[in-house]
Amino acid sequence: MKTLLELSNVGMAFDTPKGTFEALREVNLKIAPGEFVSLIGHSGCGKSTVLNIVAGLLQATDGGVILDRHEVNEPGPERAVVFQNHSLLPWLTAFENVELAVKQVFRKSKSKQEMRDWVAHNLELVHMAHAMHKKPEEISGGMKQRVGIARALAMQPQVLLMDEPFGALDALTRAHLQDSLMDIHRQLGTTVIMITHDVDEAVLLSDRIVMMTNGPAATIGEILPVELPRPRDRLALADHPTYNRCRQRVLQFLYEKQRKVAPLPRRDTTPVRRQA
Amino acid sequence: MATLTAPQWMAPYQALIKGQINRSQMQAILRQVLWPVMGIAVFLLMWQLAASHIDTSLGKFPGPAAVWEQMGNLVDEHQQARQREAAFHERQEKYIAMRLAQDPDWVPVHRDYTGAPTFFDQIGTSLITVMSGFLLASVIAIPLGIVIGLSSTVHAAMNPLIQLFKPVSPLAWLPLVTMVVSALYTSSDPMVAKSFLNSMFTVTLCCLWPTLLNTAVGVTSVSQDLLNVSRVLRLSALAHVRKIVLPSALPMMFTGLRLSLGIAWMVLIAAEMLAQNPGLGKFVWDEFQNGSSQSLSRIMVAVVVIGLIGFLLDRLMLMLQRALVWDKTSAQR
Ligand SMILES: Nc1ncnc2c1ncn2[C@@H]1O[C@H](COP(=O)(O)OP(=O)(O)OP(=O)(O)O)[C@@H](O)[C@H]1O
Ligand SMILES: [Mg+2]
Repeated sequence: MKTLLELSNVGMAFDTPKGTFEALREVNLKIAPGEFVSLIGHSGCGKSTVLNIVAGLLQATDGGVILDRHEVNEPGPERAVVFQNHSLLPWLTAFENVELAVKQVFRKSKSKQEMRDWVAHNLELVHMAHAMHKKPEEISGGMKQRVGIARALAMQPQVLLMDEPFGALDALTRAHLQDSLMDIHRQLGTTVIMITHDVDEAVLLSDRIVMMTNGPAATIGEILPVELPRPRDRLALADHPTYNRCRQRVLQFLYEKQRKVAPLPRRDTTPVRRQA
Repeated sequence: MATLTAPQWMAPYQALIKGQINRSQMQAILRQVLWPVMGIAVFLLMWQLAASHIDTSLGKFPGPAAVWEQMGNLVDEHQQARQREAAFHERQEKYIAMRLAQDPDWVPVHRDYTGAPTFFDQIGTSLITVMSGFLLASVIAIPLGIVIGLSSTVHAAMNPLIQLFKPVSPLAWLPLVTMVVSALYTSSDPMVAKSFLNSMFTVTLCCLWPTLLNTAVGVTSVSQDLLNVSRVLRLSALAHVRKIVLPSALPMMFTGLRLSLGIAWMVLIAAEMLAQNPGLGKFVWDEFQNGSSQSLSRIMVAVVVIGLIGFLLDRLMLMLQRALVWDKTSAQR
């Protein structure tokens, strides 16, 4: 298997006023070009930390990340990030938001007209052509997230990093965006790492699901390949045995982890007293 | 569709004229017109009542009618002064023409009219001074505020100084400013008057702080998400400030600018009174010293005008804020 991105022995210790907090330990992961990988795990286990280290927004205190034979040590547009709450500049229209990114990346290689066309093209890709001259406050949450995705795609990243991109959206909008994302992934073959809390979303979209153990010192507990043919259709998959098996496996992992960890802290701290 | 319709606030009045007014439109009219007018009327009434009971050494405290009359007098005096000035220039031109006819080699000397400034001249002087002081303060405070907001080191270094100088009253600055200006500004043919510089620098020193602090707070509170966007895009330092920091901080910056302009106006009147620098403050002081039976009414006119100008300056800033700032909720009132 060819490797585009490699995390080797990544560890992260945060300095806090209360002392050092080891969030991650020995995270190892290889990702092939064009692969869609999702990260799943309990809240606070360190998913965002992993993603931010890949993005270069955080520096790993141990080990490192290699993208296409280069070590990652600062953020850059070749590792575009779609943030959880869209992070559009509120004073710019959808078009201008994407344009800011495009101008930054293609200033030297594209003409002005080419850049404008490229912005429009990417907004069309996420079905936002009709509202491209609206400001973020004038469009819905789902539309904002689409613009955020368009902005990231327009940078033509080697890896697209998404931190719970659909977390704040309602089920129907989320389903629409998942379908759009699958289409885009098929068309462009972008490598994607996506954090999610949603088991169905993980199974539907991913080639592999990376399950993380609980922190502190969280690491990768299990990696589940999702061997479902593409294109995938959410309705047809509902009865697919592989789909259900994968779903089952992820749920089992998450449930076991919770069971394994939850009773532990109770024992050392003062017992919770129940009022009679 | 929406482009050709009248502004929203006019709708209730149009409905009133057409006679198809509904309850909520009626309330809007009451709120916008009737209640404010009532408020002013009650105030005038109470003023009149109170005034007739206050006896000062200069006679009764002026009621609204006396003040209104003085307003008219001040307008008349201004027009007369303008006529005298025009007449002076006319005489001068005639005289020069006559001299030149007699003796073509004579070099004419043009003299300026030197009448005492009228009330309206003083308003003009005050407005120019306040705007100059405020602009100078903004030119200093905005860039400095940005630097303080961006760097926690600079912030830590500047903070004690800011906290120390912020509460200083204009009256304390004034003597120092006066002495420093006299020492440093020693041109034999000055471009602007020293008194103007004194008032202006005092205003600047006092109204610097709100803009400085609010700009710094605005810059510090740029959302972490947007900072991350900037880092992922690898924006240069300059582009980062221009595209991310400035627009984010703009609403706060305007809040500061509005506060600063308000302070600038208050400080200026006080400084003019104390230093007897030309302007509305001097007008008030002169009338007070003058002590004629009309003085109190004339001071009262000045008080109302000072308030009105302060209000209009604030509205001006609000309009500017509405035009420039993306976040419309920050410019409500
Ligand atoms: N800057 C920081 N300083 C100290 N501790 C941090 C910092 N950032 C994260 N942590 C800690 O590291 C752990 C992992 O955080 P992280 O945000 O990566 O979790 P997450 O898996 O993304 O959670 P969620 O699903 O809720 O987003 C948490 O315990 C968090 O408190
Ligand atoms: Mg997270």
